[in-house]
Amino acid sequence: MTDSTANALHFQAHEAPGHAHDADHKPAFFQRWFMSTNHKDIGTLYLIFAILAGVIGGAISGLMRAELAAPGIQYLEAWSGQEGDAALQFWNVLITAHGLIMVFFMVMPAMIGGFGNWFIPIMIGAPDMAFPRMNNVSFWLIVPAFILLLGSAFVGGAGTGWTVYPPLSTIGSSGAAVDMAILSLHLAGASSILGAINFITTIFNMRAPGMTLHKMPLFVWSVLVTAFLLLLALPVLAAAITMLLTDRNFGTAFFDASGGGNPILYQHLFWFFGHPEVYIMILPGFGIVSQIIATFSRKPVFGYLGMAYAMVAIGVVGFIVWAHHMFTTGLDVNTKMYFTAATMVIAVPTGIKIFSWIATMWGGSLSFKTPMLWAIGFIFMFTVGGVTGVVLANGGIDNYMHDTYYVVAHFHYVLSLGAVFGLFAGFYYWFPKMSGKMYNEVLGQLHFWVFFVGVNLLFFPMHFLGLDGMPRRIPDYPDAFAWYNHLATMGYGIMALGMLFFFVNLVVSLIGGKPAGDNPWGEGATTLEWTLSSPPPYHQFETLPKID
Amino acid sequence: MAGAKNHDYHILPPSIWPFFGSMAALVMASGGIMWMHSVAHGGLVFFFGLIGILYTFYSWWSDVIREANAGDHTPVVSLHLRYGMILFIASEVMFFVGWFWAWFDFSLFPSTVDAVGGVWPPKGIEVIDPFHLPLLNTLILLCSGTTVTWAHHSLLQGDREGLKTGLWCTIALGALFSTIQAYEYMHAPFAFKGLNYGAAFFMATGFHGFHVLVGTIFLAVCLFRTYKGDFTPKQHFGFEAAAWYWHFVDVVWLFLFISIYVWGGWGATIHAG
Repeated sequence: MTDSTANALHFQAHEAPGHAHDADHKPAFFQRWFMSTNHKDIGTLYLIFAILAGVIGGAISGLMRAELAAPGIQYLEAWSGQEGDAALQFWNVLITAHGLIMVFFMVMPAMIGGFGNWFIPIMIGAPDMAFPRMNNVSFWLIVPAFILLLGSAFVGGAGTGWTVYPPLSTIGSSGAAVDMAILSLHLAGASSILGAINFITTIFNMRAPGMTLHKMPLFVWSVLVTAFLLLLALPVLAAAITMLLTDRNFGTAFFDASGGGNPILYQHLFWFFGHPEVYIMILPGFGIVSQIIATFSRKPVFGYLGMAYAMVAIGVVGFIVWAHHMFTTGLDVNTKMYFTAATMVIAVPTGIKIFSWIATMWGGSLSFKTPMLWAIGFIFMFTVGGVTGVVLANGGIDNYMHDTYYVVAHFHYVLSLGAVFGLFAGFYYWFPKMSGKMYNEVLGQLHFWVFFVGVNLLFFPMHFLGLDGMPRRIPDYPDAFAWYNHLATMGYGIMALGMLFFFVNLVVSLIGGKPAGDNPWGEGATTLEWTLSSPPPYHQFETLPKID
Repeated sequence: MAGAKNHDYHILPPSIWPFFGSMAALVMASGGIMWMHSVAHGGLVFFFGLIGILYTFYSWWSDVIREANAGDHTPVVSLHLRYGMILFIASEVMFFVGWFWAWFDFSLFPSTVDAVGGVWPPKGIEVIDPFHLPLLNTLILLCSGTTVTWAHHSLLQGDREGLKTGLWCTIALGALFSTIQAYEYMHAPFAFKGLNYGAAFFMATGFHGFHVLVGTIFLAVCLFRTYKGDFTPKQHFGFEAAAWYWHFVDVVWLFLFISIYVWGGWGATIHAG
């Protein structure tokens, strides 16, 4: 006790004289938002950043859908101000920017940086993250990373796809744009590794008395597993893109076949990172959905331990399935058999999750508030994406599906309709807690239904396009594909309209939303954030809660 | 409740270093790109950013030391630091996995292009004799692992002179390793450019060498702090982190030595000299 008393006195000595320290004392503007050491403020910065990046990434996909609305090249020459191949290069730049922005600057910052920062410390009963200052460098590193990526558009743009495969990314892309994209990924990667260290340390060391690992909310479990994936996968990407950098600029031959190098090596390294990366994007969504389904069913989640260890299993097995992204690179049959089988294995823990969510709702006292709609939508759509994933996992079938729109449909079902639904679910679920104000329920539900119809119209026809053989990453197509592409573009328009409801709701609720109260969701909401005021005090849990 | 902090965690005041360091990283990255593309003053911008980053490290970690001396590093906060360092080293291990992966890809499945000829090491390549300077360097690093433990045990027993001597020895051995490595690079019978052998050799051993330099600086900071009177037998995590990092660098070298110098060069002509 003497220890903590001395420490408390010392802490107060840090404060500027004349400012009485209390739980709600906030620093001045610049200090608060640029020099922050507060997990909630940093979480808010991450969410604002992710929304901005999402608008940019979403607008880029709007350009892509406009171009794809009909056969032939419609706009690329006008947009890029160039003709022929140079205009087509602009298409490559669009798809690359869309992918990188949505993965690294929208989904990851929102899921882990935003909701993770806001709610991991609160859910485990901790006053902040383990490394509050390092937390801020995690946020600020993605800002220069984003500037570099956007800046690359002004020097010709990186047109390599988000995977940055050589030789297109080495001898196929002169100029500085790809170097800017590579260093952007380095910075974003460093940001995520530091964040992962912070989350793991926080979750292992800062749980309130009585909060054992097996009592942690599933969202905390999901971020714990995600953080391990980040920690172990991103450094391998860093090595791979460093090889790209030296091949491009310093004459090494890692991926240059004439010097004995191996372009397929890059694909192995990339997907050793890239496959865990897809779980990095979806696992926090699993966690969010678990909280919401339990809350709005007024029941504890079904099979809690199974749910937690299913995520661990997905995380572990996710590291040994990477080459299913490379079935058409000439892998031998045995290798393909292994990666097919290993990939199929992931369907088991995933099935445990899906069925446990359904079992949680079974016999529950359901209320279909906006977050619940998004969570149920998540389960539906992620299941569709999961099933097409099992199809694609077959090495033989993938010979025909690889690089077609079937793949595009698959990963947009798990991401645009999986991860993004998880994000919106979490946003509506926690918006009252974060802002202290209720969102508008009518606008929220309109957002859900319009968005739901829009994205399904947008992405479902892509399955058919893929089965019919339409290749991805190509801006033109034969007339035979016109109808489904037209539908998809209309779906984009409906989705964009749905987003309008989101932004209107955001503004309306922030300005004039009703006060939320500590717990707007009733007795189903049992995690610690609902025991605090809305918004929570600037420093919560100055006396740690005790968990029975 | 409000106003009284009843826990042992470290709630920090606002700090400029994360923001400042990130902007310096932007300057360094931009300068690096300009430099690689021969844009005027690229190198200057790069070094400007690098100085910003180094200044951030210095200032940030100075703050950490100040906080430690002020008693902010309670047992639980100290545990955080330990977890943080171990996890950081785990991520570093995975970084080296990438470079080893490249090496084993090239050596287990040698390319059949003319430059390699379907054998490993590539035909015509003369390799560095693993049992000459590399073996000496292995012994130097292993020896430095024992001297850093000497320093640690001296510290634990309150023997400040032993701590200083042990650290001086470790730093000297680290510097000797780097010098020998630099000599080896200058006299290497193969090039960095053009062939996968040189690329994988120099980048893997080069990143290790960079880590040796960082570790040596880390230990030198510990030595400086020792002279300043920092570290007690009970609280000296800065030293322990440096020692952990040093052992990590040591272990990476053992894997490099075995798989790149000994196994990876087996059967090739050994460079005379």
